[in-house]
Amino acid sequence: MSSQVTGTASDVAVEITGLTKSFGPLQVLRGIDLRVNRGEVVCVIGPSGSGKSTLLRCVNLLEEPDGGTVIVDGVDLTDPDCDIDSARRRIGMVFQSFNLFAHLNVLNNLTIAQRKVLGRDRAAAQEIALANLERVGLSEKANSLPNQLSGGQQQRVAIARALSMDPDVMLFDEPTSALDPELVGDVLNVMRKLAIEGMTMLVVTHEMLFAREVADKVLFMDGGLIVEEGPPDQVIGDPQQERTRTFLARVLNPIGQREGDG
Amino acid sequence: MALSKRKRAQVFRGVQYAILVAVIVIVAFTANWGRIADAFLDAEAAGGMFPGVLTVGLKNTVIYTALGFSFGVVLGLILALMRLSSVRVYRVLAAIYIEFFRGLPALLVILAVGTAIPLAFPGVILDKYVALMLALGIVGGAYMAETFRAGLQAVPAGQVEAARSLGMSTTKTNTWVVIPQAFKIILPPLTNELILLTKDSSLALFLGSTVDEYELTQYGRVALNQFRSLTPVLVAGVCYLIITIPLSYLSRYLERRTGGKKISSPESTGLEVAA
Repeated sequence: MSSQVTGTASDVAVEITGLTKSFGPLQVLRGIDLRVNRGEVVCVIGPSGSGKSTLLRCVNLLEEPDGGTVIVDGVDLTDPDCDIDSARRRIGMVFQSFNLFAHLNVLNNLTIAQRKVLGRDRAAAQEIALANLERVGLSEKANSLPNQLSGGQQQRVAIARALSMDPDVMLFDEPTSALDPELVGDVLNVMRKLAIEGMTMLVVTHEMLFAREVADKVLFMDGGLIVEEGPPDQVIGDPQQERTRTFLARVLNPIGQREGDG
Repeated sequence: MALSKRKRAQVFRGVQYAILVAVIVIVAFTANWGRIADAFLDAEAAGGMFPGVLTVGLKNTVIYTALGFSFGVVLGLILALMRLSSVRVYRVLAAIYIEFFRGLPALLVILAVGTAIPLAFPGVILDKYVALMLALGIVGGAYMAETFRAGLQAVPAGQVEAARSLGMSTTKTNTWVVIPQAFKIILPPLTNELILLTKDSSLALFLGSTVDEYELTQYGRVALNQFRSLTPVLVAGVCYLIITIPLSYLSRYLERRTGGKKISSPESTGLEVAA
C-alpha cells in the first residue's frame, strides 16, 4: 500500500496548477497547468514574450508566482513555509547566458555549491565534478577560466555544474539561443544524452528539430497560456491550432516569411 | 577663419604651451629663491628629524591609517549590504548614515569621537589609536559604502541567479559569488580611498597626544617649532609621498590588470573638445 502511494508520488516530477504571474500591469502567465513525469522530456516552444521563460523560472522560484501551486518531487514550493534553498538543490537550471561564476575556474564552478550547499568535502566534490565534466566531454578544461571557453563549452560546463548537484529535474532556459550556430550541436548532443539516460527535463527552446526528436511532450505557449500540447509529432508535425501553425511556419521557414512580408 | 580644424587645434596647443612657459618664467624671476632655500632646505633641521620622523611619525601615520581603513572596510561593507537589502529600514538607515558622514569634515568627526566617547562613557580611557580607528573608520566607511555598493551592483544578476538556483542561500551567494567578484571591481577605487585616509590621518594632531603618538604632520609641526625652520614640512611631505605614490601606482596597476577604465591620454581629455 505505502509503496504504491510513494510510487504514484514519485512518478510525477513537476506538477504545476493554475500558475499566474504578472510583471506590473503585464500578465505574463494566465493560469498554467503542467505535469512532467519522472524521466520525461518536455519542451516548451512559442514566440518571445509568450511567458515560457517565466514559466520555467517559476519552477525553481527564481520568479515568485502570484497564484497557483508548483510542486516538485512532492514538495510544494509555493508553500510559504517551504525551504526554497533546500528545494532548489534538487532542481538543476541551465541559463541562456550560461552564468558560470566568472571568478572561478571550471573545476571550482562545479565544486563550490557541492561543498557549500551539500557539504561534500573537497576530494569528493572534485571527483563528482570531474565525472560530470567527462559526461559533457570537457575533462581537459578543468583548470580553464570561463572566459577562456567558447560559448558552447561554457554551456556544457554549466550543464555539468547543475548535474554535479545530482538534481532530480533539469530546467533549460533557451540553452542554445546565445550560441553561434556551429556550437549549438555540441550542447544539444549533451542534452540528448541526458534525455536518453532518463533525466527529467523541462526545456524552453527554439530548436524544433531537437524538440521533435527528443521530447516526450511539446507545449506551445502564446500570450501566457498553453495553446496546444501533445506528442511532438502532433504539436510540431501536425498542429491543430491556428496560432501554433503560424508560429511554426515562421520558425521553420523564416526566409519564406520574409519574402512574404516584402 | 579659414583655418582647418586640425590647424586650429595646433594653434590652440601652441598657445597653451606659451602660457605655461610664461607662468614658469614669471614665478622663477619674481620669487625670492634664496629665502625659500633657507627656510625649506635646512640640512641641520632635516638631519635632526631623523630617525624619529620615520620610527615615530611615519610609523604612526601608517598605523592610524591601517586601523581606520580596516574598520572602514568592515563598516562600509555592512552599510553597502544594508543599502542593497530588501528590508526598507536597513536601506534608509544606511542611506542616512552615508549622507551624514560623507557631508561632514573628517576633522569634526575626529574631534567629536575624541570628546564624545569619554563624555558618554566616563570610565573609558580612550586610547588615541582606538579613537582614530573609530573616527577615520566612521568617515572612510561612509565613502567606502558607496564604492562597495557600486561594486556589488556591477556583478551581473545572472551570477546571483546561478548561485541561488544551485541552492545557495543569500548569505552563501554573497560570500562565495558576489563579494569575490565585486572585490576585483572595487580594488582600484578602494586604493584611492586608502590614499585619502592616509592624508586624513594627519588630523590626528587635533587630539592631544604623547610624543610616542605623533604622526607625520604633528611630528613635522613640533620639529618646525624646535628648529625654527620650515624644512620639517618638506620632510613630512616627502614621507607622505613615500606612502601615497606607491599606492597610486598600485591602484593604476590593479585598474589595468582588472580591465578597468583605461587611463585617458591627453588626446581624449575635455581640453581637446574645447579646442
